[in-house]
Amino acid sequence: MRAFSYERPSDLQAAIKAAGTSPDNQPPTQAAAQFIAGGTNMSDYMKLNVNRPERLIDLNKLSEPAMTAIRVDDAGLHLGALVRMADAQEHEDVVRMFPVICDSLRLAASGQIRNMASLGGNLLQRTRCEYFREVSWPCNKREPGAGCSALDGVNRQHAVLGGSEACIATYHGDFAQALIALDAEVEIASAKGSHRMPFADLHKRPQDTPQIETALSPSDIIVAIHVPAGPWRRSRYLKVRDRESYAFALASAAVALDMDGDTVRGARIALGGVATVPWRAKSAEEMLTGRKLDEAAAKEAADTAFAEASGRKHNAYKIPLGKQTLVRALLETQDMKV
Amino acid sequence: MSDAAPRPNENMGEPFPRIDARLKVTGQAPYPADAPIANLAYGTFAVSSIARGKINAIDIEPAKAVPGVLAVFTHREMAGQLEHPKFGNAAASSIAPLDTTDILHDGQPLALVIAETFEASQEAAQAIRVDYAAEQPSATFDAQGTETVAAKEASEQFEEDVAAGDFEAAFAAAPVTIDQRYSTPTQHHNPIELFSTTAVWDGDGLTVHEPSQNVTGWKVELAHQLRMEPEKVRIVSRYIGGAFGSKGPMTSRTAIVAWAAKKVGRPVRCVVSREQSCMTQTYRAETRHHIRMGADRDGRITAFAHEGWEVTSRPDPYVVGGTSTTGRMYDYGSVLTKVSIVKADRNTPGYMRSPPETPYVYALENAMDEMAVALNMDPVEFRRVNDTQVEPIGKKPFSSRSLMTCYDQAAEAFGWKERNAAVGSMRDGDWLIGMGCATAIYPTNVAPCTVRLRLNADGGLRLQCGSHEIGTGVRTIAAQMASERLGIPMDKIEVEMGDSSLPPAPVSGGSVSTASVCSAVIKGCASIRGKLFSAVVSADGPLKGAEPATLDMKDGAITSSDGRSMPMKEAFVAMKTGVIEDYAEFAPDGATPEAVSKLYGGQSEMKGGEKGEKVKYAFGAEFVEVRINTRTREVRVPRIVGAFAAGRIMNTRTARSQLMGGMIWGISSALHEVTEIDPRAARYVNRDLQDYLVPVNADIRDLQVILVPEVDMDVNPAGVKGLGELGNVGTAAAIASAVYHATGKRIRDLPIRLETLLT
Ligand SMILES: Cc1cc2nc3c(=O)[nH]c(=O)nc-3n(C[C@H](O)[C@H](O)[C@H](O)COP(=O)(O)OP(=O)(O)OC[C@H]3O[C@@H](n4cnc5c(N)ncnc54)[C@H](O)[C@@H]3O)c2cc1C
Ligand code: SF4
Repeated sequence: MRAFSYERPSDLQAAIKAAGTSPDNQPPTQAAAQFIAGGTNMSDYMKLNVNRPERLIDLNKLSEPAMTAIRVDDAGLHLGALVRMADAQEHEDVVRMFPVICDSLRLAASGQIRNMASLGGNLLQRTRCEYFREVSWPCNKREPGAGCSALDGVNRQHAVLGGSEACIATYHGDFAQALIALDAEVEIASAKGSHRMPFADLHKRPQDTPQIETALSPSDIIVAIHVPAGPWRRSRYLKVRDRESYAFALASAAVALDMDGDTVRGARIALGGVATVPWRAKSAEEMLTGRKLDEAAAKEAADTAFAEASGRKHNAYKIPLGKQTLVRALLETQDMKV
Repeated sequence: MSDAAPRPNENMGEPFPRIDARLKVTGQAPYPADAPIANLAYGTFAVSSIARGKINAIDIEPAKAVPGVLAVFTHREMAGQLEHPKFGNAAASSIAPLDTTDILHDGQPLALVIAETFEASQEAAQAIRVDYAAEQPSATFDAQGTETVAAKEASEQFEEDVAAGDFEAAFAAAPVTIDQRYSTPTQHHNPIELFSTTAVWDGDGLTVHEPSQNVTGWKVELAHQLRMEPEKVRIVSRYIGGAFGSKGPMTSRTAIVAWAAKKVGRPVRCVVSREQSCMTQTYRAETRHHIRMGADRDGRITAFAHEGWEVTSRPDPYVVGGTSTTGRMYDYGSVLTKVSIVKADRNTPGYMRSPPETPYVYALENAMDEMAVALNMDPVEFRRVNDTQVEPIGKKPFSSRSLMTCYDQAAEAFGWKERNAAVGSMRDGDWLIGMGCATAIYPTNVAPCTVRLRLNADGGLRLQCGSHEIGTGVRTIAAQMASERLGIPMDKIEVEMGDSSLPPAPVSGGSVSTASVCSAVIKGCASIRGKLFSAVVSADGPLKGAEPATLDMKDGAITSSDGRSMPMKEAFVAMKTGVIEDYAEFAPDGATPEAVSKLYGGQSEMKGGEKGEKVKYAFGAEFVEVRINTRTREVRVPRIVGAFAAGRIMNTRTARSQLMGGMIWGISSALHEVTEIDPRAARYVNRDLQDYLVPVNADIRDLQVILVPEVDMDVNPAGVKGLGELGNVGTAAAIASAVYHATGKRIRDLPIRLETLLT
């Protein structure tokens, strides 16, 4: 861990100001000043010498109520970026309207981490790629142009969707899968004011710039997440992992179904543990819409969702596993009593 | 009585709670890195990021520029300063880093930074730049450039490749055979307490606070490396947060930190990060096995061959070598074994809970299940047919062997009868059910041990012994033994352990501690009893004239078998004394005349196992149920039952706890634990507990430990067989068998992860 300074501004404007200006296109993760919320990812990666902020700006004392609120109205759900995972996971309205969100939070990390971790920080958690976390390995995400150690290395946990020749690091978050499936938006405060962005635009595929992980600039602050109201009480998140709890997904699926008897009126599908960014499987949704949902349809949807997947030495299993996970999630969601 | 504190059966002691339980659960037990020391400086190592080559240049200027840095030591300062470690007894490896520019493994220490704060030392260590002349390393089996050597030629510790009869002929003649290969991966202990060294000089005397399973051995080895008299060195290790063998041998860190502390003129504490521990400590070597087995149609094994290969470092011939046990396990008609070590560019492996038995018995028991399937026999019955009271190699009797009693009790508790033997026949909704079983075995050893007992007239006892409380409960058990022999209550007994200035005890390894410490306590108590008894029979009082052999000590009094009694206090008056002290030196039957004096020199001479006129082993049987999702194939273990017979059980609570922990670790080794190696670089990849998985609470559901009564006074005076390492032997094979039962897939390479089961 390197020496750093620490500030605790009391409102958004002060925080944005504290972040200062930075060179064009500099990703927040490489800026001199970086935000900290729960710190469960930031302090971890600072200790590993992966994150190297000179100044830490703590968001926890920001006074704007929007940052800490959970609110429901006709338009949908508002989740403040500073809400702790543990608080959102049990919120009555969230449980009632969007079970998939609660599942995705409940099945993440551990109870202790969920007590600390914020929703905003969760969305921006960085990859757990082992070669990324140990700074002595070449890694394009840490050092653009250095090469990717995972492509031909130990890559059991790596992505089969959305990767590039520069990087195949998995996006490991669970919550994001529920959000991308439900067409959420993020509200962002920046030096230029506040704006909303589709959640699907927040994360960037690695392409040939894996160091650019999101659409944010270093002084952008996520204020809240908006989830539009929708008929998604029949929704769930299935997470398949090596052990029963406290492990990242090898494959996961967020599924929301609007059913008319056995027929799918509308479907929302996202895939976790298998892709470099939160992954919406729109082609699979379209394939299912208007069809009777049964084993065969679920399998077809899964094949569609993974049509473009490509595996390497140790992660190729994620293609059949991801498909099986989606089939299981679709059929289990169909069986939900709502 | 509860699950955690089973009711004692025949030949079992009370489930007395650990005397340090409250301290531990309230966070007040002072672990070595907690020792409050004034004026402390902090050390962090910079380690190599290549596995083979040389240091061309090392730039320490950026480290020195970090505020708070006091000193940076590299081979430039340290070459020739320390005597090289002596691999084989108390030293983990002969590799002497910081003495050389040669790099022999990933993570080899290259520099030690000393700073005012832990953070500054870390930052500075990260700032050191090394220019390497890197060479292509050989990571493990199959890599180019490894060297394979027969274990019996490479190591004095591995005496022979056991054999009996004409295997080849018997195998060729056998009507039913199997011929299979198995493997187990690199695993790291990852104890929750991190490794640490705190070195404090007082003049020319050195005290080191460090978690250790062998304080006396370390004292002598550290003195050797520092070129000092052992009497000037003290190792203190009162509480240990998990050891499992990882704190058995001393690593090169200890002497380097001690040397640096002297150099900077301040006490130095070095706590090693989880990531660095992987490379600077020992680990379980990866192993490969080739088993050939032949049986007649009735299930009698006529031929058994077990060949093993194990990875080690270039310089050190560490041998796992489990064939001595697997070759004696059943009533084989013929036996052939061979062990080889494969030298690669790796740090030296070492002991990890039941080092030989865990991998070797895994291979054997997986093969046993395969043979039972080939014979179309129930796996329990197959073991029964091959059970024996005489081992096949030296034709020596077992001192006791309750294997089939263990099988029968565990099978009954598990409900083995309900199992439908057909593969894939059992199912619960979307989950396939599989059931399997396997044998657990561990050699019973005992070593010389000394204790000092100091009993006062009020019944207060101070028991001093340089053994180690590594979580097994040995402090509590030693007190229980003294309480029983001297008739004094537990709360009057104070036990001191974990300090090399105490009377020496053997390394806490090989499951010797309970047997050795209790045997020494029995000897010391016998001497105190003798003194008291001879005083009371000759002094005026109720016991005058009694026969000493009829006397006993109970409830603070000396009693005779005819009902007379006298308070202990009065016996002290009769002796005209306030305190009785005894220093007992115990040596096992058959020990060499030097055995006890060698103990003071830091060497533990173990007796037992296959040595002696009778062979000595503890046994158990484990049954598991697995559930495997029909689609996504993750494996879960909802149920596990183990029954174990291990001679006298000193304390049913701590015994159960040891066996339970072992079984959980067995599940872990079957399904989770593997240290991944990048073969291109011979570097470990998953170096923390995020990626090195062990079970969490949610993984362990219904776990039952059955303690099977067994009396065996041949093993040692305490009648105790060690059980600290018994529980995790066999578990992985039971799980592999259950996975086969559920899916029809035989997984021979651990761990069993879902990708191997996806169809
Ligand atoms: C052992 C372990 C297991 C885990 N398992 C899982 C799991 O199974 N599933 C899962 O989803 N996650 C898992 N996590 C990740 C965990 O959920 C995240 O670390 C956590 O959610 C991050 O939230 P935080 O508030 O602590 O973020 P911080 O660490 O404070 O910040 C993370 C990043 O977000 C930025 N940031 C934070 N808030 C804002 C904001 N409002 N605006 C702009 N930038 C911001 C920070 O600058 C930083 O870059 C695990 C973590 C650990 C350590
Ligand atoms: S996969 Fe991405 S994060 Fe991992 S080593 Fe390659 S470039 Fe770095």
